[in-house]
Amino acid sequence: MSDHKTMTLTLIVWRQKKANDPGKFETYTAKNITEHHSFLEMLDCVNEDLIHTGKDPIVFDHDCREGICGMCSQVINGAPHGGQDRTTVCQLHMRKFKDGDTIYIEPWRARAFPIIRDLIVDRSALDKIIQAGGYTSCHTGGVADGNAILIPKPVADEAMDAAECVGCGACVAGCPNGSAMLFTGAKVSQLAILPQGKGEAATRVKNMTNTMTECGFGNCSNHYECMAACPKGINVKFIARMNREFIKALIV
Amino acid sequence: MQLTSSSIGRKILMAITGQAMVLFAVVHLLGNSSIFGWLNGGINAYAEHLHSMPLPIIIGFRLALLAMVCVHIWFGIQLTIENRGGRPQQYAVKSTQKATFASENMIWTGSLLALFLVYHLAHFTFQVVNPETAALKNLVPLHNEMVPNVLGMVVAGFKNFFVSFIYAGAMVALFLHLSHGIQSFFQTMGWSCDKSQPILVKLGTLVALGLFLGYATIPLTIFAGILKG
Repeated sequence: MSDHKTMTLTLIVWRQKKANDPGKFETYTAKNITEHHSFLEMLDCVNEDLIHTGKDPIVFDHDCREGICGMCSQVINGAPHGGQDRTTVCQLHMRKFKDGDTIYIEPWRARAFPIIRDLIVDRSALDKIIQAGGYTSCHTGGVADGNAILIPKPVADEAMDAAECVGCGACVAGCPNGSAMLFTGAKVSQLAILPQGKGEAATRVKNMTNTMTECGFGNCSNHYECMAACPKGINVKFIARMNREFIKALIV
Repeated sequence: MQLTSSSIGRKILMAITGQAMVLFAVVHLLGNSSIFGWLNGGINAYAEHLHSMPLPIIIGFRLALLAMVCVHIWFGIQLTIENRGGRPQQYAVKSTQKATFASENMIWTGSLLALFLVYHLAHFTFQVVNPETAALKNLVPLHNEMVPNVLGMVVAGFKNFFVSFIYAGAMVALFLHLSHGIQSFFQTMGWSCDKSQPILVKLGTLVALGLFLGYATIPLTIFAGILKG
């Protein structure tokens, strides 16, 4: 069994005590790591060793550990979530690495995401974008019959593709401009595609994109790094759709 | 004003002015290609045709182009400065997957093109770089009238290695700038979807390549002595 094979890795990890601390890279050794460890479990092992030796463990965000919550947020060797297609850090496994590898681990880096500690960043700017319009406020009355509003399957699928976004912020981390266009594009689109969301589409796109700029996110310059970084495979077509919605809002 | 202050609005202005200049570049190349002789009277006849248009049209067209250039440069610089601030600290390891050399260096290829534009206008429009070969001062007969010798001016210019080198080099910058810029236009205007977007990237690069080859052929064939005055 390959279980008996373990690997030793060199980790170069960003350590920063608090927001205003300058922060620096520190080097650690991860020992006895099997290929079945997830990346976060590997960090758990390193942290156990650090705690045993009386040192501060590496602080990182995590929650569901099954790839659906969008909480984990690490840039591994320059790629948000480690660069494996449609995978969050928690679902990245150590079989993707080799014994003796050196791995750089950094927090999301963007002006709109200030570092709280080590690998944890403050992603509340994404919440502010949602608060600016990522909802419908029309009165819906009681619970309607399931098919009272007819939505063709392809339309529902399209909205669902946009709604797959878990708001992890990898798009911002991957974007050289620290832009939140893919996140905002997905959130604008998931509502604009459906009949319930069309009523407020114009004010929504204006308010959400204005808030995006106010929060300090950069502008999109069509590198499409966001799409490559997204663990949910959100397509940049939703940025194009948001641009269309914006143009419509300008004209109407 | 959403168009000039918002994130997407300014990108739309960049896209429209950029694409208008691409269209100009296409028409400009078609006109310039008359130097290869498909038009009776060659590039001298083409230049005479342009200059014989009513003055308000010529001035209006030039002012419109100048406005396009100014808007494109102004918002290009503004957006680039903002975008550089979007990620104040770079990653220790650079691992881009989709971004290209062209997409990451738009501001620099754009700056080179702006410098080239100044030189190009001084060279062939204001004709102050080599005054002795200026077309406006050297008239030649064409269809029973005397017209500026544009062919002579262009050939004299491109016989010089450095001039040809500057023009061919600027066209490399043009290729890089447009290989990202053309597809960007469609994305920014919202005229792309998941199926068309990869095709638009390829088509944009193809058009950019066509413009590069078309434009670079003129100085290269003259410098190589294939095209003679």
